[in-house]
Amino acid sequence: MDRRTTIKWMLAASASMPLISQRVPAEVVTSKVLVLKGYGTDPVLTRAYRRGELWPLEMTDAQRRTAAALCDVILPADDLSPSASSVGVVDFLAEWISAPYEQQKYDRRLILDGLAWIDAESKRRFGKLFDALQVTEQHALCDDICSEKQAKPRFAKAANFFARYRDLTAGGYYTTPAGRKDVQYIGNVPLKSFEGPPTSLLQKLGLANVAMQTPRQGKLT
Amino acid sequence: MPFITPDQISQRYDVIVVGSGAAGGQSAYTLSMEGAKVLMLEAGRKYDPQTETPMFQTPDQAPLAGASTADKNFGFYDATIDGGWRVPGEPYVQITDDPAGRFDWWRPRMLGGRTNHWGRIALRNGPYDFKGNSRDGLGFDWPLSYADAAPYYDKVELLVGIYGNNDGLENTPDSGPGCLLPPPKPIVCDLLIAQRARRIGVPVIAGHRAVLTRQLDFKNSPARLHPGNPRAQKIIAEDMRQRAACFWATSCGRGCAIRANYQSTTVHLPPALATGNLDIITDAMVHEVTLGKDGLADGVNFIDRKSGKQRRASARVIVLAASSCETVRILLNSKSASSGRGLANSSGKVGRYLMDTVGASLGGQIPLLESLPPLNEDGASESHVYTPWWLYQEQLAGKLGFARGYHIEYADGRRMPGLSTFASLEWLTGGSYGKKFKQDARRFYGSFVGFDGRGEMIPNEKSYCEIDPKVKDKWGIPVLRFHWGWSEHETRQAAHMQQTFKNIIEAMGGRVNGAPQSDGAKAIQTGGSLIHEVGGTIMGADPRNSVTNQWGQAWDVKNLFVTDGAVFPSNADKNPTLTIMALAWRASDHILDLMRRREL
Repeated sequence: MDRRTTIKWMLAASASMPLISQRVPAEVVTSKVLVLKGYGTDPVLTRAYRRGELWPLEMTDAQRRTAAALCDVILPADDLSPSASSVGVVDFLAEWISAPYEQQKYDRRLILDGLAWIDAESKRRFGKLFDALQVTEQHALCDDICSEKQAKPRFAKAANFFARYRDLTAGGYYTTPAGRKDVQYIGNVPLKSFEGPPTSLLQKLGLANVAMQTPRQGKLT
Repeated sequence: MPFITPDQISQRYDVIVVGSGAAGGQSAYTLSMEGAKVLMLEAGRKYDPQTETPMFQTPDQAPLAGASTADKNFGFYDATIDGGWRVPGEPYVQITDDPAGRFDWWRPRMLGGRTNHWGRIALRNGPYDFKGNSRDGLGFDWPLSYADAAPYYDKVELLVGIYGNNDGLENTPDSGPGCLLPPPKPIVCDLLIAQRARRIGVPVIAGHRAVLTRQLDFKNSPARLHPGNPRAQKIIAEDMRQRAACFWATSCGRGCAIRANYQSTTVHLPPALATGNLDIITDAMVHEVTLGKDGLADGVNFIDRKSGKQRRASARVIVLAASSCETVRILLNSKSASSGRGLANSSGKVGRYLMDTVGASLGGQIPLLESLPPLNEDGASESHVYTPWWLYQEQLAGKLGFARGYHIEYADGRRMPGLSTFASLEWLTGGSYGKKFKQDARRFYGSFVGFDGRGEMIPNEKSYCEIDPKVKDKWGIPVLRFHWGWSEHETRQAAHMQQTFKNIIEAMGGRVNGAPQSDGAKAIQTGGSLIHEVGGTIMGADPRNSVTNQWGQAWDVKNLFVTDGAVFPSNADKNPTLTIMALAWRASDHILDLMRRREL
């Protein structure tokens, strides 16, 4: 996938929220010198970064507890892979909502408000904060907000939060070694040659006879 | 002493090359390999892909899992440095914020420019593409034909390394013997696309990209590249041996530390520097070409971005290869002897006929590809296959409602999971979470396919750039102001793309994500967003309506040349980089010829 596609899809992926364009309207370009506090336009690309080393992680302990509980409702441990919170997704979310960029600033409001709503709703329904609920109680709550399409109007805002939170949790999780292993991504290793898919698989899929070189006479079929 | 500082300029050069990307790299390569003393001036910083490229880094090692930000617009690991849709302190002006009338301008500030991150898709213009006006009455003919360009396409392919097949399709030229490297094997989804698209009459063939699928032919190619020049042959043979073949991992957009794909910094500049004929100054922001009393160009003025000071260099010949719009900006900010509207602009055409590629996209999900066994589908990182334009005859017969074609690029496979790989799945999962979400992720991973149409835009009077009367950058240099407008040839083409993508997705037994956009004006991406800016100093056969001749030589100033995309009088659907390099080589040969004949 080329980078244009990547960025486009990245933005399209957040269709559940208003898009904040990375581009700048004409007036801003002409009148302002942008002051950035992020990692700048020339960061070192070849070293690993720790969450929190570029900007402080601004999430209280209480928020972290709720965030971790919700992450793990979305991506719990199962037979094949660990839970979201156990592979650092809460730190990823904390880094995300603390970042000095427009998209992340927007998400900060959405997520902190959403976490507060989750706790308030937990107390209202069950008399406890979200992380102290039974799994069945957590699910009862999440069932009301897990689908933007099916959520009742009074849960629309919470469903919007949940969609974004699930996207970010999945983003944080599947970019870790554990997440890559879960979906059986086996690339990013140097190979001597690229052999393409095995013939047995292509036969199973009915693709074993698809030619790629156009014959001198006639067409590829 | 190849990399020098402004204080170390000690000679009048044969040629100054402004810019170091595809055009600047190719120009400096050809000129220095054939013995000319060349000074390259690059506005951005020095950049070394061999030490700076993140080759195996994973998103979890990057801030924000590699997300795109205002600092790194295409994501953390994209090769672009100090630029993107904006360069701090170096603004440009858009006449409107309306997406239909806006041009977004991508600029890096680094040695090698955009070649460090480009998609490496390397397609030849075909015979029709050089003579569009003669074929359908629209736009302009080029003052050269495909036959004139073909030997230079061969040379560039031999030098940089392009994979692909010769398929003998209409207006999709075959390469010369031995010019292409074998294409990589298709991945599963590529084969499904090929099988199903062909059933509905859409061809799918091997992609053409600047990636070494095996080592270059260092025994035979040097003599074909530099006949009669044993020293150049020796240098390039040695350099070809040092470029490794692709090891089928890590995205090309990060750049390539093993030099397995084309970027100016790994392919053009190392051998050019090895000749000893090339000096390079980075952080040198050229803003003006100056004229001597004889009316010829005698040098350039530039700002040393490190000190902020005005500097100067002189040469017999000036080559502008700064990127189409930056080249226009330099010309319009230079003074000519005769008129007040910039240099080389007696036609009034400098800045006119700015073009980009028409882009529209659609995605789908393919049940046949769900739950496949683990496969390493990194391959050459994209485009093992593509679809060239296939409806030339229907179009010429007026059956389509738009005049020029498009090709299709496919984004597919079990790619390294990124931030958005498992985002926005509700349309498939109904909103699952918990263990069910994990099962869904395993099921759907690798079953998505993205379709990107890349089409020809016909030059028009609404799309141009000029100097803004007020705004200056932080160096005090007047900046560009952009005007933009599409015609129905482009918007209808974008709508046609959408329908084609839907048809292919359905032929694959898949589901369209969302709905195809029937209104082309809504489907088309903003001007400039494809980063195929060309035009602005178009070449032609007549000095009254073009800026340069077929060699990029300015009609008004005979020792001033443009070798970047600014000279394109049309913008075929074929991505412009290969053509930029072929024409830059051709122009450089012409410069050498004129210098040998003492005509320059």
